[in-house]
Parts: sequence; C-alpha cells; structure tokens
Amino acid sequence: MADVVVRTEKVVKEYRMGTNVLKALAGIDLEIYTGEYISLMGPSGSGKSTLFNMIGALDLPTAGKVFIDGQDMGQLSQAQIAWFRCHRVGYIFQSYNLLHVMTALENVTLPMTFAGLSASERRDKGEELLERVGLGERIHHRPDELSGGQRQRVAIARAFANGPSIILADEPTANLDTVIGREIIDLIKELNVDQGVTVISATHDLKMLDVSDRIVDIRDGLVERIRNRDEIEIQVGEVGGH
Amino acid sequence: MQQQTRSTIGQQIELPFMESVRISFQSLMIRFGRSVITTAGITLGIAFLVSVLVNNEVTVAMKESGSKQEITTLEEEEAPGITMKDKWLIIMSLIVCVVGIANSMLMAVTERFQEIGTMKCLGALDRFVVRLFLLESGFQGLAGALIGALIGCFGSLLLGLKDYGLDLFFYFPLLPVLDEQPARLGVLLIILAGCVLGMILSVIGAAFPAWRAAKLPPAEAMRTEV
Repeated sequence: MADVVVRTEKVVKEYRMGTNVLKALAGIDLEIYTGEYISLMGPSGSGKSTLFNMIGALDLPTAGKVFIDGQDMGQLSQAQIAWFRCHRVGYIFQSYNLLHVMTALENVTLPMTFAGLSASERRDKGEELLERVGLGERIHHRPDELSGGQRQRVAIARAFANGPSIILADEPTANLDTVIGREIIDLIKELNVDQGVTVISATHDLKMLDVSDRIVDIRDGLVERIRNRDEIEIQVGEVGGH
Repeated sequence: MQQQTRSTIGQQIELPFMESVRISFQSLMIRFGRSVITTAGITLGIAFLVSVLVNNEVTVAMKESGSKQEITTLEEEEAPGITMKDKWLIIMSLIVCVVGIANSMLMAVTERFQEIGTMKCLGALDRFVVRLFLLESGFQGLAGALIGALIGCFGSLLLGLKDYGLDLFFYFPLLPVLDEQPARLGVLLIILAGCVLGMILSVIGAAFPAWRAAKLPPAEAMRTEV
C-alpha cells in the first residue's frame, strides 16, 4: 500500500450563525495515499468544500485533526502553515482566483517569489509551466484577456509553481463548458501521472469519475462510502456500496 | 517518521521590499479608475482642510499687515487670530477628512478580500498582505493629499485675491511665524502637514481592514462577500 499523504481524524467543523450552529463536518475519517487522484463528491451543502478547506489548511477544524505527511496541521505556527501552503500544496479553484492585476506569468511566479527564487529562475520556470499547460503564447496577458479555460490553465500552472506534493482542486470545471472542462480534467490527470502528485478534487462533475482512482461520497458532513474506480464501473446504478 | 517530516517543514517565506513596492504600485496603476475614485476621497478631505487653514492664515496675515479690509466681520473685530467660527470649521473639516478617507480605504480593501485569501493560499504571510495594502494606501494617500493640498491652497488664494486684491502677494503668509502667540503655521507648512495627514489617515484607514482580512483563514477571507 502506498504512503498515506493526508489523514483526517474525526474532523468536525461547525459554523455559528447567530444562535444556530451548523455542523458542516460531523467527524470525517479519511486516508489519502501518495500519488492518487481522489474525488470528493456530494451535493451542495454536503460538506465537501469544507473538508477540502480543512485538508488544504485553508481553515481550521472545530475538532479533530488533519495530518499531512504525518504532520499535525493544528500544531504548526503561522509561518510554517504559510510555508506549507507555498511549497507543499497547489490550489485550483472554481472561480480561478487569479490576481487580475497581474499577467499570467506574474500570477504563476508569485508563489516562487514567496519561496525565494531569483527573478531569472522565476521567469524560466514560469514560462516552462505556462508552456506545459499550453499557454506559451499568452504569458503576458492578464486574466481578463483570457478565456475561462485559459484562466484555469494559468491557475493550474500556478498550483504547480513550487513543485507541490498535493494538488487541491475545488470544483475546477464548474464554470467551464463540457469540452473545456474535459480538457482541464485531462490536464490535471496528466500532471498527476507525470509528476506523481496527489490530486484531491471536490466536485460534482461526473466527468471526473473517469480519471479518479477513488471516489469519496460525502453526505451530511460524513463519509458515506468510498469507491474504487473499478468498483464504479460494476456498481453504477447500485445503491449502497462496500 | 513524524520526526523526519517535521524537519522538512520550513518557515522561510519571503517577499523582498522592492518587490512589494513594485506589486502595490502596479496594482494601483492597473486599477487606475478605481484608484482615482479612492484617491479623490482623500483629495477632497485634504483640500477642504487645507483651504480652511490657509484661508485662516491669510486672514490673520492681512489683518496684521494693516492692509485695508473690505470685509470685516463681527468675529474679526472681537479677536485677532483664530476665531471660534474658524476653530469650528477646522474641526469639522478634520472630521470630514478623517471619515472620508477611512471610508474610501475601507471599501477599497474590503472589496479585495478574495485577493487577500488567494495570496495567503499561495503562501503569503499575514504581514506581506498587510504591507502590500499599506504601501498602496500610502502611495494613494500621498498623491491624493498632495493634489488636495494644492487645490485647497489655490482655492484659498483665489478667495484671498478677491478679498484683498494684489496686496495679498506682499503679505502672503508662506513661511511659519513661530514667535507669535498663537504661532502661525504658514502656507508651506500647512501643505506639508496636509500631505502627511492624508498619508497617515489613508494608511490607518487601510491598515485595519487589511489586518483583519490577513488574520482570517484564507477560506473565510475568500467566502466574505462585500
């Protein structure tokens, strides 16, 4: 069995809204292995995005623990968490989240600046990454001069800027049409295989099923079931699971 | 195993100062339209304040010069120097200036919470984010205040010319007079003070929301709607 890269232990997340407490995650136990492509699936409000945020150290759980590479995220200092986000994780969002005042190249090289790379190193590596995602000709364009699919490609190049071990993709295809969405999924899958990086994707795009090694169904803040890809082909239409 | 991985977690994250200056300046230039509106808020506040102060200086200077005055108000007869009405005006203009600038900066930073969250996802430390916004607001504050101070001063000059004619140029209170009671600031010092005040206010106005946003976990910053 491959190494565990992410492990969550009874992760609970509650949001307070006035006097109401909304339990977005009700105790999630999950292990994710190095190099796998895993999809977190579930309807809106199921808690998959919340879980995604916990795994990416973008938010803190109310209770429970998240371990990445065996490291308890709750024990890290602010500076260590920043370092972790900079070096270990690449984020891809539904709405791309590019900095619109910067060109594609500048967006891709910003995490490298944080990592302390020199200007020439940043430029070379940034150009190489944009070339890799098929945007070699548009490196000096700003996000508003690019199409949705192209923006997501810039975001993917940016996610790979500092050679992360985990890519977190939150609904990466939700704002794209089917064809472009398919291209983006294929690109992420290619990078997953080429670079051996673990991809964790929150989605309800069924196109993602094809490329996923495992699918984690989340419902009401809990893991409902975990399916391997080969099981899906057999089990389509069946209720229940393992 | 845990011990081994712990040692691989670093904490060295950097953003050279000149890089921050470049990014914030570029950000202002690219969002030029929005920047101008925010800056206009600062300009107006400082223009109002400086015009009131310069007007006051001019009145006092002309009164002391003994030059004939076409307009003599009750207050001016009562006391030389700053009158109650003038004090009130100065305080009011200061308040308008502070509130206007704070409001402009608050809006300008709040609408960029998502950007702040994104930067943090990429590994920015809280202080980088705050520094970028402080630099931006500092540039805006300085530019806005300088323009405002010049506009305010020019306006008062025109008003003075109307009241006192060309005599104004002979007795124009350009430099401070410190040995008088109360001391007089002089127009140059007022312009300088206006610039410094505008810059400080806009930096403070931006610092609070930027600091608050930088402290939020990125997921929350990105979720925040204006």
